Amino acid sequence: MAFENLVDVESPIHDVRSEAIKTFEDEGFPSKRNEDWKYTSLNSILKHDYSVFPKQENHTEYRDIKKYLINDIDSYKIIFIDGKYSSHLSQTTHEGIDVCLMSSALAKPKYRPIIENYFNKAATKDSISSLNTAFSQEGAYIHIPKNKLVEKPIQIVHFSTGNESALMLQPRNLIVVDENSHVQIIERHQSLTENPVLTNCVTEIFAGKRSIVDYYKIQNDKQSASLIDNTFIKQKDESHASVHTFSFGGNLTRNNLSFYQEGERIDSTLKGVTIIGDKQHVDHNTLVHHIEPNCESHQDYKGIFGDRSTGVFNGKVLVNKEAQKTNAFQSNNNILLTDKASINTKPQLEIFADDVKCSHGCTIGQLDEDAMFYMQSRGIPEKEARALLMFAFSNNVMNSVKIPEIKQRITKIIANKLGVNLGFDL
Amino acid sequence: MLKIIDLHASVEGKEILRGINLEVKAGEVHAIMGPNGSGKSTLANVIAGKEEYEVEKGQILLEGEDIDELSADERAHKGVFLSFQYPIEIPGVSVTNFIKTAINANRKANGLDDMPAKDMLKMIREKSEMLAIDRKFLSRSLNEGFSGGEKKRNEIFQMAMLEPKLAILDETDSGLDIDALRIVADGVNALKTKDNAVIVITHYQRLLDHIIPDFVHVLHEGRIVKSGSKELAHKLEEKGYDWIKEEVELD
Repeated sequence: MAFENLVDVESPIHDVRSEAIKTFEDEGFPSKRNEDWKYTSLNSILKHDYSVFPKQENHTEYRDIKKYLINDIDSYKIIFIDGKYSSHLSQTTHEGIDVCLMSSALAKPKYRPIIENYFNKAATKDSISSLNTAFSQEGAYIHIPKNKLVEKPIQIVHFSTGNESALMLQPRNLIVVDENSHVQIIERHQSLTENPVLTNCVTEIFAGKRSIVDYYKIQNDKQSASLIDNTFIKQKDESHASVHTFSFGGNLTRNNLSFYQEGERIDSTLKGVTIIGDKQHVDHNTLVHHIEPNCESHQDYKGIFGDRSTGVFNGKVLVNKEAQKTNAFQSNNNILLTDKASINTKPQLEIFADDVKCSHGCTIGQLDEDAMFYMQSRGIPEKEARALLMFAFSNNVMNSVKIPEIKQRITKIIANKLGVNLGFDL
Repeated sequence: MLKIIDLHASVEGKEILRGINLEVKAGEVHAIMGPNGSGKSTLANVIAGKEEYEVEKGQILLEGEDIDELSADERAHKGVFLSFQYPIEIPGVSVTNFIKTAINANRKANGLDDMPAKDMLKMIREKSEMLAIDRKFLSRSLNEGFSGGEKKRNEIFQMAMLEPKLAILDETDSGLDIDALRIVADGVNALKTKDNAVIVITHYQRLLDHIIPDFVHVLHEGRIVKSGSKELAHKLEEKGYDWIKEEVELD
């Protein structure tokens, strides 16, 4: 691929890009021979001839996208259509905080110190992330200076219109949260038609000392859309960072989520609910790297797999020799609704410190027949009873969602997916 | 109300009920007693429609209709209620939301609209007061972390809310202290009308001091081997089950 002539050589990240292009050209897309991709094959989604830089400008109105936003809260919005920023749909700010665009952050000198300090400093140099580093042109740029409590959540939504017959998107988000600040972010990728879309997204998050970063990923895309979502979070002392990933839609979804604890008394939370059917595939590949002492991590992933759907959970916890008094918890529970559905779950603990508490557990089972009978004996029909049990199963994850409107939205998405009306919000 | 004719039922190929005959009329309270393993809970579960239990032979008629083909929820819609021996924990679903869902599901099945929220709240308040249930309890996850007594009281609360025609209480007395037993029994008695019926399944007679049965049946090896009045329960309490076993063996 000779994309180099399309890349801006004046950019402050030109060298980073050149290197990334080389990495991707050397390695290409990962194959199943790569241990990390053993259970997820990209072959079926790479067969399309994706256009990488869409030519057409697309006009999309608020009414076309409204239902994909969380509207009942006041929020900042950074909206992209086919990879291009849509100013009339967005609500950005520079008042005290920067909630804006990667392209302008890369172009304007005043952002240069942040870009130089942080851009590509958390992302790994694997081929998929390198592909994004090489060709990404746009995304969200968020910088929260110290001591700011950002009251309004920030919604980052990437839409694709399907005007190109097949589209590949490479969004790139950079989020820098300085000392003592607090921010909540909601991210979503959504296609508006049935044309194939492949999104390869990289998000880098830097959580400063004592900061709190809560990140919610809503993955409920059409089944023509696939997503490789790469998120890297570096945390400083006493920061709390959480990522909740709700995976209900899409064709193939791969979540690479990595936390690096570069300080003491850090808390990292990784939670997810996956409910899929048909031939959908969702792969959670997580890493928590405990580098310094006295930190905690909490991982809790729930999966419900129907029809011929497949799931993967590969959770790696790495505890450095210096990282004494680490508390690392990991749990992955799965329900298979059919005998055609499957899940590969693999906890991976590498512990080099001797004074640590690490626990992991994974279960694979069916819906509890006794519980089904209990609810049905109260007059609740099978479909609704099943839904209630699924809600009950995902309750631990839902409980730690701090924005009630997100909880309600997720409840609704699940209810819709299961075709039930529960008549109440959980 | 309920008529069971020569009912044979098995679970995993093992025959547990071997020809039960029982008739329960509206307004009656029947007690079913018997030693462990005699088939008491199986009978309760078969009437309520648990799928693992296979009816091999015989009929269960509810108000004249054979309910063998009906699922558990369809039986509930027709007024069957089972108070569980071991109620199931459902985390994340509050007692209130669960009962709302159940009531409206039953109403929907019977062609009624959802119960107005105001009426629902009023009913919840009345029934929970009757059973001395704390308000805070109602917002807790269903049965999660409940004590044995709380679970049983919650079962009777659900019964009070659903107002079944036929209530089957499976070992409702187990796990209850004497005060809780009295509250539960008073609750059941308060719900009793001439139009509904109750089957009390119990190993011991003590619940029957509070919920007075019209008939007592003794179940042994999957058959009702003796039926009588409430005095039979007293005799069983005094003498145990051995004399019944001996009588059966003599036959």
